[in-house]
Amino acid sequence: MAGSGTAHLRGDRALLSVEDLVVEYPGAAGTVRAVSKVSFDVLPGETLGIVGESGCGKSTTGRALLRLDRVTSGRIVFDGERIERAGERRMRELRRRMQMIFQDPVASLNPRRAVADIVVEGLAATGASAAERSAKSADVLAKVALSDDRFTRMLPRQLSGGQAQRVAIARALAVEPQLLLCDEPVSALDVSVQAQILNLIADLKAEYDLTVLFIAHDLGVVRTISDNVLVMYLGKVCEFGDAAEVYDSPAHPYTRALLDSVPLTDPDRRFTGPALEGDIPSPLSPPTGCRFRTRCPFAQERCADEEPQVREIRPGQYAACHFPLGEASEKAG
Amino acid sequence: MTAEPVLQVRNLHAYIGTPRGVVRAVQDVSLDVGRAQSLGVVGESGSGKSMTARAIMGRLPPRAECSGQVLFKGRDLLTMPRKQLAEIWGKHIAMVFQDPGRSLNPVVRVERQLTEGMRKLLGLGRSEARGRAVGLLGEVGVPDPERRLRAYPHELSGGMRQRVMIAIALACEPDLLIADEPTTALDVTIQRQILDLLRRVQRDRGMSLLLISHDLAVVAGQTDRVAVMYAGRLAEVGATRRVFAAPRHRYTHALLEATPTLEHERAAPLRLIPGTLPDPTRLPEGCRFTARCAHADDACREPGPRLAEIAPDHHVACVRPVAAHAAADLEGADLDGR
Repeated sequence: MAGSGTAHLRGDRALLSVEDLVVEYPGAAGTVRAVSKVSFDVLPGETLGIVGESGCGKSTTGRALLRLDRVTSGRIVFDGERIERAGERRMRELRRRMQMIFQDPVASLNPRRAVADIVVEGLAATGASAAERSAKSADVLAKVALSDDRFTRMLPRQLSGGQAQRVAIARALAVEPQLLLCDEPVSALDVSVQAQILNLIADLKAEYDLTVLFIAHDLGVVRTISDNVLVMYLGKVCEFGDAAEVYDSPAHPYTRALLDSVPLTDPDRRFTGPALEGDIPSPLSPPTGCRFRTRCPFAQERCADEEPQVREIRPGQYAACHFPLGEASEKAG
Repeated sequence: MTAEPVLQVRNLHAYIGTPRGVVRAVQDVSLDVGRAQSLGVVGESGSGKSMTARAIMGRLPPRAECSGQVLFKGRDLLTMPRKQLAEIWGKHIAMVFQDPGRSLNPVVRVERQLTEGMRKLLGLGRSEARGRAVGLLGEVGVPDPERRLRAYPHELSGGMRQRVMIAIALACEPDLLIADEPTTALDVTIQRQILDLLRRVQRDRGMSLLLISHDLAVVAGQTDRVAVMYAGRLAEVGATRRVFAAPRHRYTHALLEATPTLEHERAAPLRLIPGTLPDPTRLPEGCRFTARCAHADDACREPGPRLAEIAPDHHVACVRPVAAHAAADLEGADLDGR
């Protein structure tokens, strides 16, 4: 896996398009390439899920899109505009159209302001009047079911995790973004509350014609919300395709292994397949060729020598693998 | 359960004083863990599962008031003198926690942390303990054990550290292992490895296991019996197979339906549980799930309900339990469509 290439990009229709994105962090022990030539795009109205384990680069990718992390190289096009080198002033304008919500909602909210004020913080720079801001505040809080006075006067620390995430979502909606970027938005929440937030995001997406980039490590959660999914491993793309097809018949051995590692709520069927052996390698010295080869049950010599490129395995389903599942026998020969 | 219980928790209460009032964190919890058996305690935050574990381990916060009994092979740990307790912990009961990085001493090499208990509690000599340590690391799947003995915890990955923690827990051959969210901090492929490992060592050694987790699926695949907790009380207790095949408490049923699965159809909204946990300082006298339950009526607000046996080894504290046939339907494939 763990490959490069752009075969899976869908062209000019995309609202957001990322090509060969590289994000490097210099460190004492050497440079870490957290994101290494990653490409993907998101069509208007689509929910794209990005899923992978620690160190796969999914969160760094999200942050780089908003230029919260430095882009080392690559191309980012948002609504027809190249933004990977846009100035900070331009990025501030663009970030209103690309809103982000985070894993820890309480930490992402201004601790000293009341909920009703927090959600319209983003409007201050637009010259909206106090009356307009107040109307907007009431409007978006109603959308996330927090319009009760009890909530609007609260400070962030008085909110539960689920309520704080609703406030973060309301704040994002207030500036009427085109793209909502969600980085692990439910991973700190209990299951019963998580379902509320996932359904809320899905409802608001339809109501506001949002395009959603949903980054998470939980495969069940990603399946629930995504139209298409991008699977990443150690800074590289493994697989891209329709969520149902990727989950039901993964083409990349890593996708298969990830799915097989998810515990099921069925005592008689603990998992869908065998465990994956070994540890995730250090991003400081990733394996040559395919970065997944050290753990891949199907790895061959070629996987060490040559980095696989993303290619179409089945109609609409792309993987970066020399020996993808479902066609391994033909290719291995 | 036929096996004689290794651990019997009887009418355990833990109340914690806070500036906002008394939190009834654990209320009237009774549990059995049989010999060589595994019991899962599952619940969301505020369910009392962690406080139950801490009460069993004698690690409640200082302001907590605790009552009831925690019987280990018939002896009450809550009233046992400190010296005897020290004998039991580590030697007869061992623990594994969520964050192996914080449970291991960062400035001490793996070898000393692994051999300390064997030398102190079993009286082994240095070389004998070292030899056993190598064997233990091999058993828990640490590659190149000789070399890893000289490592410091930070030189190991999260998965390797948790393997080392398990090796330390196994070192004195305990009768009971208490694992509190042992895989919560790990990535899914590593979690899978650790779950398989726990299951293997538990079976190979005929050890009892008390597994605390927020994750229904983790408990489903690891345990013989399961206890579901909500807001400090037991909601449902029974054979894991039975509870997952036909959950009868409204909370267990709703929680399973709210859990995203790998088969979830896009565009089908998740069945959600409305509202939030009740304020722990102002818990209702009746069923604590009432305010969020679609089936609650006035009877649910009466004090109680108590656990009642609804089927063999299946106890439920619910006034309006899910009908047996409806509960079994949950297993069907149309889970998302309804």
